[in-house]
Amino acid sequence: MAGTDEREAAFYAIVDSDGRIEPRDDMPEAYRKTLIRQIAQHAHSEIIGMQPEGNWISRAPSLRRKAILLAKVQDEAGHGLYLYAAAETLGVSRDQLLELLHTRRQKYSSIFNYPTLTWADVGAIGWLVDGAAITNQVPLTRCSYGPYARAMVRICKEESFHQRQGFESLLTLTRGSAAQKAMAQDALDRWWYPSLAMFGPPDTGEQVSGGHTEQSMRWGIKRFSNDELRQRFVDMTVPQSEVLGLTIPDPDLRWNDERGHYDFTAPDYDELFRVIKGDGPCNAQRLAHRVAAHTEGAWVREAAAAYAAKQRAKTQTEAA
Amino acid sequence: MTSAEWPLWEVFVRARRGLSHLHVGSLHAPDAAMAVRNARDVYTRRGEGVSIWVVPSDQITASSPDEKDAFFDPAGDKVYRHPTFYEVPAEAKHL
Repeated sequence: MAGTDEREAAFYAIVDSDGRIEPRDDMPEAYRKTLIRQIAQHAHSEIIGMQPEGNWISRAPSLRRKAILLAKVQDEAGHGLYLYAAAETLGVSRDQLLELLHTRRQKYSSIFNYPTLTWADVGAIGWLVDGAAITNQVPLTRCSYGPYARAMVRICKEESFHQRQGFESLLTLTRGSAAQKAMAQDALDRWWYPSLAMFGPPDTGEQVSGGHTEQSMRWGIKRFSNDELRQRFVDMTVPQSEVLGLTIPDPDLRWNDERGHYDFTAPDYDELFRVIKGDGPCNAQRLAHRVAAHTEGAWVREAAAAYAAKQRAKTQTEAA
Repeated sequence: MTSAEWPLWEVFVRARRGLSHLHVGSLHAPDAAMAVRNARDVYTRRGEGVSIWVVPSDQITASSPDEKDAFFDPAGDKVYRHPTFYEVPAEAKHL
């Protein structure tokens, strides 16, 4: 068995040459733990994220919108599954991960603790929340951990439909009646800052140390800082809002020629931390719904396992 | 009643006729039939495949447990197994 130093050197040799770490490779324990935490949090976000939009499936305004929304929510479930499977390659079980979510020991994205009050919120989530998610996720397709990177490739391909359907849905509203346009504007007003907060707290300049960013970059898990990604999202989204004819709720938003970027008002990070800690509008409701779905579905899991055991026993008897 | 996790299955998808099945990921399912159905819903929602294989993960035997190079070393110094090892005059065509 190689010594710790030698094994760590082998790990960094792969990471530094932009290679991929695979499940059975040696890896520092802290790298494994960070990945489990991050991938699990990502997986939890996908399945909790089914709730705000699922809220509108039965009230979608047309069969077309309903079919689209069903497909999108089904995708979120699928994304959760890809990610749970990726996390499991690191030596943690699905049951453990769900237990950690259900007992609040692992988190999910704070954005899903906000309510979907109107139909326009479904469009706003697709356009802004999925838009922010894509900005975050595209660099993760080159993450140093193979199974995570591969899951992200699959997810990013599917997210693009999510964002476009949201934009199209909002566009339909903004080209509709005055009330519909007002509903779209109201959705943007409520989702803009929580979407900016999705990128996490500031992590450049004075805030460069202390958070996870520096270490995650060293490990090739993170490629860009929260602040770079947030800026990228704003630069991409402002022109889209002009196409929609909607106003981003930020009086200080303006193009900065010198920087070549939009200047914008930062989200309220105190609010972000409050929501992360559990004090958001829907934290209790989201978790209670998740736990209830899991508990009430137990008989299905048990029945399927019992049926499989019975079939196995039958096959063995016939073979004997 | 059983509270044990459903077993893990590795999923392989043939994207279209003429191609091999490729590993796409894994999932939990109580038995093979459910694993195939779940694999369809998880991994082929957009026509990504025409055929699915599922294999119980614990039935896979892997090469060296830590994916170190030693197992594959014997091939490392046999450059003469590659056509580019051989120098032939430029005027010799179709070689």
